[in-house]
Amino acid sequence: MSAPRIERLGDDALLVRLGDAIDASVNARVHALAARVREASPSWLQDLVPAYASLAVFFDAERTATGDPHAFVGEFVTQLLDDDTAPAGHATLHEIPVCYGGTHGEDLVAAARELGLDAATLIARHSAPLYTVAMIGFAPGFPYLLGLDSALALPRLATPRTHVPAGSVAIGGAQAGIYPRQSPGGWRLLGRTPRVLFDTARAQPALLQPGDHVRFLPIDAATFDRLGASA
Amino acid sequence: MTAWQVLSPGLQTTVQDQGRHGWRHLGIARAGAMDPTALAMANRLVGNDEQAAGLEIAVRGPRIRLSRACRIALTGTEIQATWNGETLPMGRPLDLPAGELSLGPLRDGLRAWLAVAGGLDAPVVLDSRSTDLRGGFGGYDGRALVAGDLLSIGDAAPVKTSRRPAFPAWWIDVDDPWTVDRHVLRYLPSLHPSARELAGAVWHAHANSNRQGVRLDGAGLSGGGGDGVSEPVAVGTLQLPPDGQPILLLADAQTVGGYPRLGHVIACDLGRAAQLRPGEPVHFEPVIPAQARALAHEHAHRLARLRIAIAQHL
Repeated sequence: MSAPRIERLGDDALLVRLGDAIDASVNARVHALAARVREASPSWLQDLVPAYASLAVFFDAERTATGDPHAFVGEFVTQLLDDDTAPAGHATLHEIPVCYGGTHGEDLVAAARELGLDAATLIARHSAPLYTVAMIGFAPGFPYLLGLDSALALPRLATPRTHVPAGSVAIGGAQAGIYPRQSPGGWRLLGRTPRVLFDTARAQPALLQPGDHVRFLPIDAATFDRLGASA
Repeated sequence: MTAWQVLSPGLQTTVQDQGRHGWRHLGIARAGAMDPTALAMANRLVGNDEQAAGLEIAVRGPRIRLSRACRIALTGTEIQATWNGETLPMGRPLDLPAGELSLGPLRDGLRAWLAVAGGLDAPVVLDSRSTDLRGGFGGYDGRALVAGDLLSIGDAAPVKTSRRPAFPAWWIDVDDPWTVDRHVLRYLPSLHPSARELAGAVWHAHANSNRQGVRLDGAGLSGGGGDGVSEPVAVGTLQLPPDGQPILLLADAQTVGGYPRLGHVIACDLGRAAQLRPGEPVHFEPVIPAQARALAHEHAHRLARLRIAIAQHL
């Protein structure tokens, strides 16, 4: 495990790097650190942006009341890095219903063939793991999920689609994700969820928060329509 | 409540304020004015809170029918502005009777900002009235203005009506025109091996630039990549993609990215980056953290003096 490194991220943020690779234990430390900073709730805190192996701490420099806000915030975060007794937060488990294949997941059959599996096995292996929302990015509410069965890694499309439907559950390389709204995208589409991942009208716009856990629940098309209608 | 009718939209006119803060962990961009200071000072000139929403105008402005008298102000780069054919100046409160406001081409830069007394009354979405063009929300239906749009204006003190525009003889320059070179951006280099080489080269703003970022065109730098572990990025981050042509991230930038980072342009210079026209040269000047802090203080002091000056004149 490499020692944490702290660097500047512009005038009003620090980047705390806990590792250099996509790794579940490093990511868990990122979310634990984020939870401890959030728990301490310093008045200068503007935002905490977790990624796979790093955490950005955005601050309001005027509230740090010091000549060197980066040093001040860096010192604050360093103390929490070492503090394993402090709370590490709690993660919510979300069960995400997914209708696999057909018009809901155009790439399912081709992806299964490419992996040397039948479609049912691909569905079973994709819906088996407990995933973690490693980070949110690319688009508002787009979760990058850690936990994909490494045998299911699939290269991205050579030519990205111009229209990926909202709710598409997809694989891109060794990563899994869900497209919150219709957008362009090059990941392989296995299925769709009727759940609305991102809605600015909700007090909490994103269904999934960084650090949360996700399990996919296979459903049939009729259930998809029923859940979609009630959403 | 009064409304303005958009007769023609201009090239890309958007409703913006000081942006969304505290939502980057959900992949939500800051958005907001590309030069937040310029919009804040335009708001001051019309007596608004600095957080009020105004219009950001790019390249060529809109034509707007004013249904009643109002007070507006224009900041940013020089824009050809007329009311019923009469020329209007920049950087001061302008009392306009009902009529047609025409904002033409921008000179010497790319963007200008318009504030109106009472502010633009766009709905607040995630704490801001700014347009998130990539996310498709906020501002006016999450998009740039089109002909026929009706812009609601918040309540403001009535403007004394006359038959012609009225404005004072004084004005403000948001940027100090004597000490600031628009083509120099100061940055804090990262530890990347090419971070300091950025300063040695001449770059040009690429035509394929937008509110998300300015692409830089020049002799490429080595050490670019596209397969790094994605990390948070910020407004002002300088990225180095595999082709060696850096990208300076601006207001609508994504929240995470996998390209190596060359450093960060200091916040008080980002408003100038918003003015770079395609093909214009730009130089980067490295600073150390202490200089960056001193420049930020200097900028804050200049703004404080501008606020006092405006308050004394209004």
